[in-house]
Amino acid sequence: MLTCKQFLQELNGYIEKTLDPQELAELHRHVSECPNCFVVCDTTEKTLRVFKGMDCSPVPKSIQARLLAAIEKRMKEKGGCGCSGSSAAQH
Amino acid sequence: MSTTTVSPAFDETALVARAKAGDQTAFNELVQHYDRRVFRMAKQITENDDDAEDVLQETFLKAYTHLDDFQGNSKFYTWLVRIAVNEALMKLRKRRSDKTVPLDEPIDTGEDEVVREIAVWDQNPEDVYSRDELARILDQAVKSLKTAYRTVFILRDIEEMSIEETAETLGLSISAVKSRLLRARLQLREKLTRQFKKKGDDAFAYL
Repeated sequence: MLTCKQFLQELNGYIEKTLDPQELAELHRHVSECPNCFVVCDTTEKTLRVFKGMDCSPVPKSIQARLLAAIEKRMKEKGGCGCSGSSAAQH
Repeated sequence: MSTTTVSPAFDETALVARAKAGDQTAFNELVQHYDRRVFRMAKQITENDDDAEDVLQETFLKAYTHLDDFQGNSKFYTWLVRIAVNEALMKLRKRRSDKTVPLDEPIDTGEDEVVREIAVWDQNPEDVYSRDELARILDQAVKSLKTAYRTVFILRDIEEMSIEETAETLGLSISAVKSRLLRARLQLREKLTRQFKKKGDDAFAYL
């Protein structure tokens, strides 16, 4: 029987199902019988889910305008059309 | 110059090929597709809006200047993230020039995880908080992590890079990434549980 500490050390592998089936089964047995580890596992999964669903706000207009202006300037410095010609065929 | 609408037909590979061939419009399309993610990551790492703007600019300027060096072995965005992370960490090091380099700090190995807060969450946070409130809570939680944990979490769980890409980007071993990621996730879980737990559940210690 795994200890809670052993379960926690393998938590990522358990959540991401990257361990072999035997290990997963052993971890699953532990989490089914241990209410504390069940809650830790559940809230860790919820933590990851809430971050994955996080909105990414647009860059403020003023900052984006300065960014595009800086790029425009670099393009002009790089030489008119901004192209390096031969590179396109590399990949 | 709308950044809110992302064309469903966005084709990164084609845009990169056109940009490499000198099509400035294609490069600008890439910028406007990815700038918000680069900016968010820069803010999360540097914890400072001015530094984040510098990082944003430097990232795209470097990407433009070195576009020929991009060989297409990874996704363009992964390449961009690598540039951005390095720029952001440089900013951080400059600001903390009198301190140790964050990524070289002695780090807990992850073998002594301590879980203090065990409580079920009330409802889905998405149903309880407004988007802005939730974004602020998550942002605060990420920023409260040590840099070494924060960078790993951002790359792996927010930018969705693989363990290997995260290790390569940060110059860490796979096992270091794994142990830091575990630490980061457990610390964030703990911070968010304090915020989201069902009222009446007491925190108690175990392990």
